Amino acid sequence: MNKILILFAHPRFEKSKTNRALLKNIGKRQGVTLNDLYEQYPDFNIDVNREKGLLVAHQIIIWHHPIYMYSAPALLKQWIDLVLEYGWAHGKDGDFLKNKIIFNAITAGGTREVYARGGYNRYTIREFLLPFEQTATLCKMIYLPPFAVQGTHLLTSEALNQYVVFYHTLLDRLVTGDFDVDAMKKTEFLNDWLLSKTELAKP
Amino acid sequence: MSNIFLHDALIYLAAAVVFVPIAKKLRMGSVLGYLLGGIIIGPFFLGFIGQEGKDIMHFAEFGVVMMLFLIGLELEPSNFWRMRNLILGTGSVQLCTTTILIFAVFLFIGFGWQAALACGLALAMSSTAIVMQTLREKGLTKTESGKSSFAVLLFQDIAVIPILALLPLLAISSVHAPAAGDATLLSGQPGWAQTLTLLGAVGLVILSGRFVIVPFLRFIARIHLRELFTASALLIVIGTASIMMLVGLSPALGTFLAGVVLANSEFRHELESDIEPFKGILLGLFFISVGASINFSLIINNPLMIVALVCGIIMIKAGVLFLTGKLSRLSFDQNLLFTLGLAQVGEFAFVLFSFIHQLNILPAQSTDMMMGVTAISMTVTPLLLLANDRFIIPRVGTKEKEEKEADGIDVHNPVIIAGFGHFGSTLGRFLRANGIHATILDNDSDRVDLLRKMGFKVFYGDATRIDILKSAGADEARILIAAIDSPEINYDLVDKTKKLFPNLTIMVRAKSRLDAYELIDMGVKDIYRESLDTSVRLGIDVLIKLGIRKYSATRAGQNFIKYDEAAMNQLARHRHDQDTYIFNTREQIQLQEQLLTNDREVNPTLNDHAWDSDLIVNKLADDGSEH
Repeated sequence: MNKILILFAHPRFEKSKTNRALLKNIGKRQGVTLNDLYEQYPDFNIDVNREKGLLVAHQIIIWHHPIYMYSAPALLKQWIDLVLEYGWAHGKDGDFLKNKIIFNAITAGGTREVYARGGYNRYTIREFLLPFEQTATLCKMIYLPPFAVQGTHLLTSEALNQYVVFYHTLLDRLVTGDFDVDAMKKTEFLNDWLLSKTELAKP
Repeated sequence: MSNIFLHDALIYLAAAVVFVPIAKKLRMGSVLGYLLGGIIIGPFFLGFIGQEGKDIMHFAEFGVVMMLFLIGLELEPSNFWRMRNLILGTGSVQLCTTTILIFAVFLFIGFGWQAALACGLALAMSSTAIVMQTLREKGLTKTESGKSSFAVLLFQDIAVIPILALLPLLAISSVHAPAAGDATLLSGQPGWAQTLTLLGAVGLVILSGRFVIVPFLRFIARIHLRELFTASALLIVIGTASIMMLVGLSPALGTFLAGVVLANSEFRHELESDIEPFKGILLGLFFISVGASINFSLIINNPLMIVALVCGIIMIKAGVLFLTGKLSRLSFDQNLLFTLGLAQVGEFAFVLFSFIHQLNILPAQSTDMMMGVTAISMTVTPLLLLANDRFIIPRVGTKEKEEKEADGIDVHNPVIIAGFGHFGSTLGRFLRANGIHATILDNDSDRVDLLRKMGFKVFYGDATRIDILKSAGADEARILIAAIDSPEINYDLVDKTKKLFPNLTIMVRAKSRLDAYELIDMGVKDIYRESLDTSVRLGIDVLIKLGIRKYSATRAGQNFIKYDEAAMNQLARHRHDQDTYIFNTREQIQLQEQLLTNDREVNPTLNDHAWDSDLIVNKLADDGSEH
């Protein structure tokens, strides 16, 4: 059984309908630990040792955050800068995260169509997430495609519910080990992998 | 001899230990407890102590002597100067008017003019001991009435010096040989010589304070023996008192002067903390002996006369005080407190009356009666204040609880703030700015009026009273904030709340680290030290002004606070390991030492390796070929 650590960063969680739905009762699920960074470190003063301890205790890490200006909120960047130390997470003797699985779970206002070559945002989500992918690679971790809830501005409540079921199914399968890394890596989003492997309806 | 001493000590201490807690439980204040204890062990009830109560009183007057030394110590000239208008204005109006009125009444009753004037002066005095103790226990020293009371008392205490100097002049026409065994330098001399001696003695105290005592204390301090310093402090007080007795003056005044002279020296705080415990015990003893010395047979023989005198004098004094309060623009509630608080005759009256008797201005019988009246009036004061607290104030002036509008529903706020001084008010404003409504408890009527005008929900009264907590909604509220200035009252509040309202989250303002330890012991989790955040914020700005980048300085500050709170919780547990009891001031020093050592071992501001590339650069240099 795997243990999942959700590193959640949202400065206005109370106003985010999507994320409140995704994370409702999440901490009660078997094998899932929610680390609400903005609640834990309102002064941005991250306790590096506590974070390292959490990372060591989990096999699967999720950077769960909204996309702000094509990247993550500031506290998550602060977390990456401070916690993933040289000599611990990467570099010489930096093997503490080796072979752990990591990916981004994101929410974005724009739809998948606007994040495209010819689209309004000119680049894909995968391209905007390249710094995360390379950070994971530097730390010898296995980086998976992102799980994404897109077009949140126009999301109907049925569609939102569908995404919640998706996210929870994903977590369950990760915990129980019902997944194949290579198959996952072939998809653009973990949403797609879930669709191909289960009977879930497309939102 | 020592047997008698032990026996007496046993009775007095037992009386204090039994009656003071009872009085406290009944919310009557310690003074009334001591007085009642004294009455009950005195010759007219249980008779554990007989007529020698009077001798004990002479001994216990030493508590008053020490109290005045401490008051003197607190009277830095600059402080005095700032309060000069209040002290001189309020004080002189009260003293002169009261004296004149009592003088007139006594003349009317048939006293000689000298006797009437002497009695007027003596009876105009109020009790510093009772009033200051009561104000401190109730946490009212900083209110307007507290300040005015202090000013009037101070003026009286100072005025005793010229009054004692004047009294021999009143006796000029009737110089008698003094009683045997009472030989002092003053007795048997003509009035003018006595006055001169007195002024000489006062001058001596002032000069020796400046030029002898301070160098002496410096010498003692260099020896670094704690007991020796305590001994020296006692020596100064007792020495000054003895010299004053030798010349036949009030020892209390001598030590008061000595205190004033030493107020500007570097030893002020040290002396204060050394004398304080002795003062507390002896003052308690003094109140007990006042209770024991009340001559109930005198009351039984002349009940009407005594009752009339006590009531008359209290009414005259109260009337004058009320007008004085009006003149210094006290609001109604504050004035009531001021009036009733100071309406008794004070301990200096004992001193003055015995001096008056010694000068043969007043016959023995009248002196006894006056002393009885004084003691009774002192006993009545706590009762008057109690009545004021319970029955008068809730009905007139600032109401305990705001009148509900006819159709208004009583909304219970989620937060209760006890104490709206400089700490509580900032907090309350912050909460209000964020739309959180708090119920406020405060015991300063002026502030309560103001806050009500500003639309706050305020309860007026002692926050440690259970009925007030209940009506403020402690049952329904979620958080109680103990923001009272006095740590002792905060402890009391925390203690009661924990027992009676276990569902309330208690958040407490702590004055100092020691205060915080006390609260940790009581099981409080949310403790906020006044001294922590502000000093660290200042420290951060120091770093910034010295050229350190703001973000680094800020993070250093954040980490220091985190480290300091962790250290506090840890050290609080170890504090009980020491088997020796250490006095407060020394504990502070020891604490500082502990902290500084700790800081040296763990660097509280070490962090943020990841932002420094030194580590990587060094490692790369070490094993360069690998990369």
